[in-house]
Amino acid sequence: MSRFSEQPSPMAQPKSFLWTRRIVLTLLLAFVLIPVYVMASSSLKSLQDVQGSFEWIPHSLTVKPYVDIWKTIPLAHYFVNSLIVCLSATAFSVVLATFAAYAVSRYRFLGRKVFTVTVLSTQMFPGILFLLPLYLIFVNIGNSTGITLNGSRLGLIITYLTFSLPFSIWMLAGYFDSIPHDLDEAAKVDGCGPIGALFRVVVPAAVPGIVAVSVYAFMTAWGEVLFASVMTNQSTRTLAVGLREYATQNDVYWNQVMAASIVVSVPVVAGFLLLQRYLVAGLTAGAVK
Amino acid sequence: MRTSTSSRLLAATALVAALGLTLAACGGGGDDDSKGSGGGGKSGDSLSGQTITYWASNQGTSIDADKKTLAAETAKFTQQTGIKVKVEVIGWADLLNRILAAATSGQGPDVLNIGNTWSASLQATGALMPWDDAAFQTIGGKDRFAPAAIASAGAAGQDPAAVPLYSMAYGLYYNKKMFADAGIANPPTTWDELVTDATKLTKDGKYGLAVEGANGAENIHHVFVLAKQRGANWFDDQGKPTFTGPQQVAAVKQYVDFIAKDKVAAKGDAEYDQNQTITDFATGKAAMMMWQSAAPAIKSHGMTQDQYGVVPVPTLTAGATGDAGVTSMVAGINIAIFKDTSHKEAAEAFVKFMTSTDEQKALNGTYGSIPPVVEAQSDPAFQTPDLKVLASVLQKSAAPLPQVAHESEFENLVGPAVKSLFADAAAGKAVTDDSVKAALTKAQQQMPQ
Amino acid sequence: MTATAPARRVPEAGPDSGKPAAGGRLRPRFIERIRRGGLPYLLLLPAVIAELLIHIVPMFFGILISFKNLTLFYIHHWNSAPWAGFDNYKTAVKIHQPIGQELLHSFWVTLSYTLLSVGASWLLGIAAAILLQDKFRGRGLIRTVFLVPYALPAYAALITWTFMFQQDTGLVNHVLHDQLHITSDKSFWLIGQNSFWSMVIVSVWKSWPFAFLALMAGLQNVPRELYEAAAMDGAGVWQQIRKITLPALRPVNQVIVLVLFLWTFNDFNTPFVMFGQNPPRQADLISIHIYQSSFINWNFGSGSAMSVLLLLFLLVVTAIYLLVTSRGRSESDV
Repeated sequence: MSRFSEQPSPMAQPKSFLWTRRIVLTLLLAFVLIPVYVMASSSLKSLQDVQGSFEWIPHSLTVKPYVDIWKTIPLAHYFVNSLIVCLSATAFSVVLATFAAYAVSRYRFLGRKVFTVTVLSTQMFPGILFLLPLYLIFVNIGNSTGITLNGSRLGLIITYLTFSLPFSIWMLAGYFDSIPHDLDEAAKVDGCGPIGALFRVVVPAAVPGIVAVSVYAFMTAWGEVLFASVMTNQSTRTLAVGLREYATQNDVYWNQVMAASIVVSVPVVAGFLLLQRYLVAGLTAGAVK
Repeated sequence: MRTSTSSRLLAATALVAALGLTLAACGGGGDDDSKGSGGGGKSGDSLSGQTITYWASNQGTSIDADKKTLAAETAKFTQQTGIKVKVEVIGWADLLNRILAAATSGQGPDVLNIGNTWSASLQATGALMPWDDAAFQTIGGKDRFAPAAIASAGAAGQDPAAVPLYSMAYGLYYNKKMFADAGIANPPTTWDELVTDATKLTKDGKYGLAVEGANGAENIHHVFVLAKQRGANWFDDQGKPTFTGPQQVAAVKQYVDFIAKDKVAAKGDAEYDQNQTITDFATGKAAMMMWQSAAPAIKSHGMTQDQYGVVPVPTLTAGATGDAGVTSMVAGINIAIFKDTSHKEAAEAFVKFMTSTDEQKALNGTYGSIPPVVEAQSDPAFQTPDLKVLASVLQKSAAPLPQVAHESEFENLVGPAVKSLFADAAAGKAVTDDSVKAALTKAQQQMPQ
Repeated sequence: MTATAPARRVPEAGPDSGKPAAGGRLRPRFIERIRRGGLPYLLLLPAVIAELLIHIVPMFFGILISFKNLTLFYIHHWNSAPWAGFDNYKTAVKIHQPIGQELLHSFWVTLSYTLLSVGASWLLGIAAAILLQDKFRGRGLIRTVFLVPYALPAYAALITWTFMFQQDTGLVNHVLHDQLHITSDKSFWLIGQNSFWSMVIVSVWKSWPFAFLALMAGLQNVPRELYEAAAMDGAGVWQQIRKITLPALRPVNQVIVLVLFLWTFNDFNTPFVMFGQNPPRQADLISIHIYQSSFINWNFGSGSAMSVLLLLFLLVVTAIYLLVTSRGRSESDV
């Protein structure tokens, strides 16, 4: 943990501060953890038990939900779809953002301000405004070029990468600004072109920022519901939409929903927490100066 | 943006906005020529080898179960005709959105299922192939189908937009043991009896009746019947909404009063929108429910067929006939052909297959519904006591929901209005004629004029 | 792990104030040339294309649709839908007619939701960030746990909360009614007035870790000497927080409040996953209200007009916000 710059207060803390800290942190921990506990414990209950009144401590445990989730819906298939879509969207988003942020950070050119402001303002577009138009555009592109965007993973990848792009450009530009320009100037003098300088000097120095942006881009894509519900079909459906299928005509399989949520969350949460140190470092220098 | 050049931001904003207006003025662009649904459309002479796409609605216990059912059935079709079918089962939450997007873009499936209450609305979009007499001839003629089912496949006086596939009707399901324990000999036939019986049955944490209070579609189906029994419709002959008449108000109030005044349904029912009603009924938490073709769902909860009975939904007076005797909407699923299909003949062949007597028996048997194809109804699979009751309801006392273009708005406005009246009732707020009327008035004012 | 060293170096490097690269020193001529040759434009090109395709063009398209009478009668031939002029807008802003009234109602619901959620998220975030600033046992673990809601896929979290809010079988009523006997009856959390509060609670749960994360990062940039100097002047912990920490976080606050505001205001997932497509009136957020007008009522013209109004509102609010906060900022800490 030594990577976070520690700031021990120079003076002893009064009792009031210590007590406040204990109480507030305990309450916050409870607030954060209770839903997680409910998710975990309910995923180990039988359907009958989750439909009965709530029990803190399940009176019997079963792993059956974890077996059934794969049969009730094609969870594995959706999982793979989500992974493909979100990882690709993240990769493209980060690459595009890196180029753009480099331009914004290192060059003064006509339209720079317009670019940053316009791109950032797309962050405030209500998704519902461009859902149908985008769908129509995808269909038209498909008809005129033969590239299937509608209903395909590619279409969703392109869509998702732009969702995280504005904020990513902004954060990375901030991060690049904080990398001394002398470094890439020196590289250029050494014979690297500007692109060489970007990849040999700026990018390596900006890893925390890039990781932070990647995590952000991934999370944005991973949780998206609205566009996925209209722009995917059976073979390209993502988890965000697919999990709803546990609510069927007959029943809501709460225990399976919880089990599936655990299954899809664990890898993401684990990855996220492993990367959290970069996240703080990235944010420190990037967006929030 | 980290610099504080707000004025430039504003300028840029203005620029973007201005750009938007100019571009909007010359925008547009056609996709009328955009034809057809995926797959290389072969020229018509040989159907064999073509592939059609079929969007199926979720009818069985899960999407996966449906996929297996339909895969087995469509394999037979492929064997007979050489036409391959790509089946996609779409959950109800997504189906309408997918159909809308397909209708708008002209890119969609060749064949699709639609809820029969959407028939007129989808018909108005012009995205579905009209079934004129010639088209019906290709699948054996209109006469094969029950008239009530045909009546819910499109607006009156127009060629139907779809063909009935599965029919369902509402019945009153009652728990035999709970009735016997409470000393009630026969299930109720009038609403007064129902409330009396349900009051007796409501004790020890169990309730006489379960209702799906937060489910807009269920609410619509019930208030439609309750208004019909009072001789009232939700639309007049010109297709204008008539939500605020005294009979409509009384119908809604009667339904909400199961929680509000009679207190024979649990307050918690006001929150139900995921078929918890069936769970409550099948697990003995509620003695009665009004539901459509619930047998497979009840069974999946472990309640056996001999433990419950089904009778027609009550009426205001015993033995009422005509409108007053209507006990159910004509519920069901229709199958339609997407107008932009480039495989029209293959699609028709598929609809013919799906509505063939054998397939009707197989599919409706699996889903617990009633075949709209009359010939298939005599199959022993549909002679169970409960299905016989429902089939007779469908034949004698079911009426189609208003088949008007704005039906979907009706569902979307009145359904939630009833839901929020239930919420009031559950919260202990009074539900009066005035509050019901106010809610319906507001719904009506939001209808497209 | 190799990357940590440069990361640590970053703050020391000091912020570049946005002056041209290598401003004072003699600038190699070839850079000048490439600059004129448009390298930055080339670098921006992929991002611009993506933004044009997914955001800008569809937005103009959406604006176009908002001037059309694109109802179910025309969706199959949407480009032959008749022009509606400003009719869609007029209907939306007639606040004494039911449609306008409901839109306005939805707007107020959304605004209250957003202000409450952003306010609470910020408060929790700042509290946790300050309380976790000093080293103590378990600090790293707590910090990790606090980030879990942010890492959890949104729908998984939302479904869990919905499950907890069930009237009959949910945890919330189990605790409030069965265990603590606070409520005389099991309350409803997913219908009626409470549904609004449930939604706010869930929203705070989801978004406060972001505020926490950003504020924690912001605190790293507060020079330690400031605290030492204050301590020498005899300022206690609470005073240090008030006099040093909070003012130093102003720039961070400016950003996270804006970002959270925009995210929360456009929130679609929360009501949609919690309540389905017909949320209770008390929880009728504007994004889902527009979704209903377009997709459920099949009136894309009217839905688009409402979205354009929403967009205009957000643009104006953002512009004013930046104007006001930036001015305050330049006065206080130039």
